[in-house]
Amino acid sequence: MNTPLGVFIREVKRRSSLTALAILVISAPLPLSAQQDSCVDCHLQMDDALKAPAEGFNADVHKQFGLGCKDCHGGNPNQEDVELAKDRTFVGSPDRAKIPEFCGSCHSDSAYMRKFNPNLRMDQLALYWTSRHGQLLKKGDLSGAVCTDCHGVHGIQSANFPKSQVFPWNIPQTCGRCHSSADTMKAYGIPVQQVDDYKQSVHARALFEKKDLSAPVCNDCHGNHGAAPPEVTSIAFVCRQCHPSAGDLFSKSPHKEAFDALGISECEACHGNHKILQPSDELLAGGKDDICLQCHDSGTEPHRTGLEIKQRIDNYVASSAEAKELLARAERKGVDVGEAQFKLQDSMSALVLARNLTHGLSPSEIEASLGEGAKVLAEVKVSGEASLREAKFRRTGLIIATVFIILLAAALYLKIRDLKRPATHPR
Amino acid sequence: MARLWEKTQAYLEPRFMLSAVRDFAKKKKVPEHKRSFWYFFGGICLFLFIIQVLTGILLLLYYTPSVDAAHESIQFIMSQVKFGWLIRSVHSWTANILVGVIFIHMFSTFFLKAYRPPRELTWITGFLLLVLFLAFGFSGYLLPWNELSFFATRVGTDIAGVIPIIGKALKTFILGGPDVSGATLTRFFWLHVAVLPAFALLIMAIHVILVQTLGMSRPVGIGETKEISFFPEFILKDSLGWLIILAVVGAVCVFLPWEAGPKADPFSSTPLGIKPEWYFTFMFTTLKLVPAHVFTIEGEVLAVLGFMLGGLLLMLVPFLDRRAAREKRSPVFTVIGLAILAYIVVMTGLTYLAPNIGK
Repeated sequence: MNTPLGVFIREVKRRSSLTALAILVISAPLPLSAQQDSCVDCHLQMDDALKAPAEGFNADVHKQFGLGCKDCHGGNPNQEDVELAKDRTFVGSPDRAKIPEFCGSCHSDSAYMRKFNPNLRMDQLALYWTSRHGQLLKKGDLSGAVCTDCHGVHGIQSANFPKSQVFPWNIPQTCGRCHSSADTMKAYGIPVQQVDDYKQSVHARALFEKKDLSAPVCNDCHGNHGAAPPEVTSIAFVCRQCHPSAGDLFSKSPHKEAFDALGISECEACHGNHKILQPSDELLAGGKDDICLQCHDSGTEPHRTGLEIKQRIDNYVASSAEAKELLARAERKGVDVGEAQFKLQDSMSALVLARNLTHGLSPSEIEASLGEGAKVLAEVKVSGEASLREAKFRRTGLIIATVFIILLAAALYLKIRDLKRPATHPR
Repeated sequence: MARLWEKTQAYLEPRFMLSAVRDFAKKKKVPEHKRSFWYFFGGICLFLFIIQVLTGILLLLYYTPSVDAAHESIQFIMSQVKFGWLIRSVHSWTANILVGVIFIHMFSTFFLKAYRPPRELTWITGFLLLVLFLAFGFSGYLLPWNELSFFATRVGTDIAGVIPIIGKALKTFILGGPDVSGATLTRFFWLHVAVLPAFALLIMAIHVILVQTLGMSRPVGIGETKEISFFPEFILKDSLGWLIILAVVGAVCVFLPWEAGPKADPFSSTPLGIKPEWYFTFMFTTLKLVPAHVFTIEGEVLAVLGFMLGGLLLMLVPFLDRRAAREKRSPVFTVIGLAILAYIVVMTGLTYLAPNIGK
């Protein structure tokens, strides 16, 4: 009872004074709330490598949930002496090979994890062992990625946090740390340009330029904890996760059977994999980047069908541009063309649909879609021409009105001049 | 035909005393001198007001004052109604030209010291008309319920909310709630087509009667005693000015029809560079430039109070300029007027030439 608290309690008993009671109330929480964490205190005084864990842990998601060093590393943080702090429970840093099980000891325990985040999946460890990374580790290859390679060690952040290494726009960089390294990948015969290729893709533009977090990154196609390259047969299913309509059309097309027979992956054969560029009409038969020529010789029946499809789309695009220009001219002349512009947008949906229908290779379906759009385009053109006539009518009207006003003004002027000279103009 | 005319005159004469009006018009003279050009701006104001009334009445045929339909009805007027684009463009353009011409009329009257006795009330009613037409502009700007007008109204009413003591209550009264909403649109419509026109017509009637009965003021120091007849010479000259304005308005409306703009979205963020109509920009830029605190008073509060006090002093200038009242030159007031004019021009110019100033 020689602690400050004890001294104050005795004082209260001895004097029974209200003043002392007040002091007790104010001062009592101080010694009680001071909690010792000798791990952080000591590590903060150490050199860089040993100081980093204590510094990084401040921003760690585990700390935010009230966990501390001992929850992973064991030991007794209440002991000031380093030997006493590293008691029987102290486990220190796990070997690299044991990291998945080390993290999984909590992350696969649903009863434990439910206390912190009931929505978090519990199968990450199981998935990990199915991944190429996990299989390498199982074989004793310590180069295979483990939890800490992607999530960090001290300073792990929630995947929803934009600064997290596994937040969508950081994932290409995180994966690229190993997959862009020629030295690391050499042993596995894996090319290293995937991340650079990805950064040129339409998906990367959506992610980095439009900040569209739904745009796919590495893990959306390869998986995350169960990461593995998709097999030829599964590529189409991967793409269909976001492009179901194009996938359905392809499945009904004559290409499906031929691709299956030849063992060619579906979407990838035309669009590529990591470097998937913005598709354009130039990819169609006869275009600058004619991909049909990869399999079909020019002049063959399938290639002619492709040329026919492209011709129809090109005609529609030209007609659409003509209508757009018509409206722009009318707008420049001051006529409201808002409604016609809405219709023009409608006509563009027919083009988008027709472009998607190219996956089905059915000229009749494409024609039907473009036909619907062409009707709308025709209305737009009629409206645009009417707007131009209206502009002409307005200008003509203005000229007539202005001439009339000028004549009236001239007459007024003459009359005023006449009024000023009454004496010289006897009436 | 001549007989019918005589019969009509004979019927109207005892009832309306037309001969008295005719005699008054014949006898009425208007001074003519090197500065009489400025007299015509009053007539132009009247002409533009008549256009406002006529086009406003026509717009009422199709305009719907509700959040769901206001913008759509304006788009309908601009694209579907025969000559709707012309009526609306004339209404919007002449509204702006009218405010500009009112300013010119007011400053020309100020510099010619036409507010000298016995024309004090002519000046005061003229000043009140300026305030009313600024209110017309402010309330009419919101009616198309487009993005610019919505946010400009929000900015404008925020300024009203700064006025000490009554500011918050006044802002709530103007808006019909805490923010710009459907209630604001209804209120502004009510103001624009009912309340303001009633007051404007009343005050304008007093203003015109005063102008007619007291006649035009001859500026201090003008020795010329030449006069012209009000009817027909002055009226014809006035009409010539009206015709020129009409031709200009027609050309502007054909080449630059007033746009409907995108519909207001109260949930979107305020677009960059939002500012009120040009005639409020000198106050808007002042509020941006004024320091946060001047001594212990909030800068914005001080600026708003300054404008209110300045307006009051301007209205009472006939009673302050004692030298002009004694038919003597009053250069001090000329300099003050020039300073006010320069201030308005510079601040308005800064709004458009240096939009990021004060940020």
